[in-house]
Amino acid sequence: MTCRAVASTTALAAAVIFLLTAQTPAAGQAASPAAKATGTAKVWTPPRAPDGSPDLEGVWGNATLTPMERPKGLGAKEFYTEQEFAEMAKRVRQGVVGEEADLGAAAEQTLRYDLSLYGFDLTKATFASNKRTSLIVGPEGVVPPMLPEARKRNAERAAKSKGHEFDSYENRPLSERCILMAQERIPMLPGANDNNLLQIVQGPGYVSLFHEIDHSTRVIPTDGRPHIPRNIRQWQGDSVGYWEGNTLVVDTTNFTALTAFRGSGEKLHLVERFSRSDDNTLLYRFTVEDPETWDKPWTAEVPMTKTEGPVYEWACHEGNSMIETILRGARVADEEAAKKAAK
Amino acid sequence: MIAGVALAGVLCTFPAPAAGQAQAYRVPRTADGKPDLNGIWQANNTADWDLQGQAAAKGPVAMLGAVFAIPPGLGVVEGDEIPYLPAAAAKKKENQANWVKLDPEVKCYLPGIPRATYLPYPFQIVQSQKNILMTYEYAGAVRVINMEAPTKAPADSWMGWSNGHWEGETLVVDVTSLGEDTWFDHAGNYHSDALHVVERYTARSADTLAYEATIEDPKVFSRPWKISMPLYRRVEKNVRLLEYKCPEFAEELLYGPLRKKPSN
Repeated sequence: MTCRAVASTTALAAAVIFLLTAQTPAAGQAASPAAKATGTAKVWTPPRAPDGSPDLEGVWGNATLTPMERPKGLGAKEFYTEQEFAEMAKRVRQGVVGEEADLGAAAEQTLRYDLSLYGFDLTKATFASNKRTSLIVGPEGVVPPMLPEARKRNAERAAKSKGHEFDSYENRPLSERCILMAQERIPMLPGANDNNLLQIVQGPGYVSLFHEIDHSTRVIPTDGRPHIPRNIRQWQGDSVGYWEGNTLVVDTTNFTALTAFRGSGEKLHLVERFSRSDDNTLLYRFTVEDPETWDKPWTAEVPMTKTEGPVYEWACHEGNSMIETILRGARVADEEAAKKAAK
Repeated sequence: MIAGVALAGVLCTFPAPAAGQAQAYRVPRTADGKPDLNGIWQANNTADWDLQGQAAAKGPVAMLGAVFAIPPGLGVVEGDEIPYLPAAAAKKKENQANWVKLDPEVKCYLPGIPRATYLPYPFQIVQSQKNILMTYEYAGAVRVINMEAPTKAPADSWMGWSNGHWEGETLVVDVTSLGEDTWFDHAGNYHSDALHVVERYTARSADTLAYEATIEDPKVFSRPWKISMPLYRRVEKNVRLLEYKCPEFAEELLYGPLRKKPSN
């Protein structure tokens, strides 16, 4: 019994020490440029992990109706007013969807799927809670135009594959091959209708980001260490991070030339910022730059919503009958074409 | 007085882990007072080749010669024997004879538990209060061990459903709902969908863990059996899990025969 008393005294002392150390990052919070830039800064003290860092742990979903790029008619309007936002949400619930909402793949699947099973029926779907008119921030609200050399690079690659789409697995998209699923990619863009969960588990010195889709996991060291050597290229690059006030900043380089995020090249540089803006919201903001693809960096913001798990296992490659079926079909078609030609 | 208090603390914590452990090591604590198992760990044995150990042998790919021969190793099964039921023993033999064709690791399929632990790749433990995430370099396999009230699996899966708790110094993980498609090693040791694994992770020094897994599967084995091995901390200053997205390494094997034939 005495032992227990000693143990809890020690735990208490530890707790006090961590409470004290926790003050330091909190002081820097007000100055956080991320909080200022978003225009949503409120007095919000995020809960702390036992080691004193801001606690981002949980299961977060990024489903949203807000489109990536701003509808043309809105010009430089970055935010809806309260009233506009409320009316728009009401319209959507009645099934009236205009260009202010992006249903993604769900739009084409309404006849095939019961979307309520996928958490994306219109009665539940919501726009980004920050009331932005597009996920991309700034007066333009669109991805900057691609540089001519990048367009040429991408056109050449596409031309090489044209007419050979069904020749081999190598000609199939990375998503079909279970190498990079669309929603597994970083930066994380909202999924159309499902598998848009991110589970964060946080330990001392590391934050792990586990995407439901294709069980893609990044373990981010937060000690400010440098990137791995430049010659080591990875599909999802190399991510390292640090805390800036209450914000986790993750810096990613070392992408492969074939990763091609929206046509990017291997100089792609991604900076992601994760911060909590209230109990139920994880604000995800990212900036991408690639001097060989766009003439300037561009930034988007996606509020992610706390959600209940569980996160399911998404084993893509293990159940991939798609590649086999597609190629087998193509070979049968080849044979039939050859027979026809021989006649 | 202070010395007395410190001593009391030490005396108090020693007996708990001593059971079943050769030496009682008290690992540093996380901020919330739990044994700190965070780190990048790796087995250093040949269990992935054969849990029961093997003499060195020629590898399956002649072209790779001595680079990919089968290394020798002692087994990790306590008592050396895997208690197969008679019919299951025959299936194991068949698996072994055809392992290159049948082993799910060759195809880059998720490894399941316990195999993920002793694959020849590192894995990382990220430990919070509510969850312990283990992510494995091989195939980017991952599982989140729930450390709160145990929950039930929503479905069977390759990596199973893990509920964990602390028993003194030891992290105990109860793994259920594992599918029947994973194996234990290249030697064709296998299980059914009735597999139940209880893992125990205990720090035995600052840089080693004692790992044990009790394996139970009444459809395949006549009694529960156990494997045990040390896991070693990867102490390199710059150590990281890197990307090993292996589907692309298995594609030629799986889909190569469906490539378009050159037209004449």
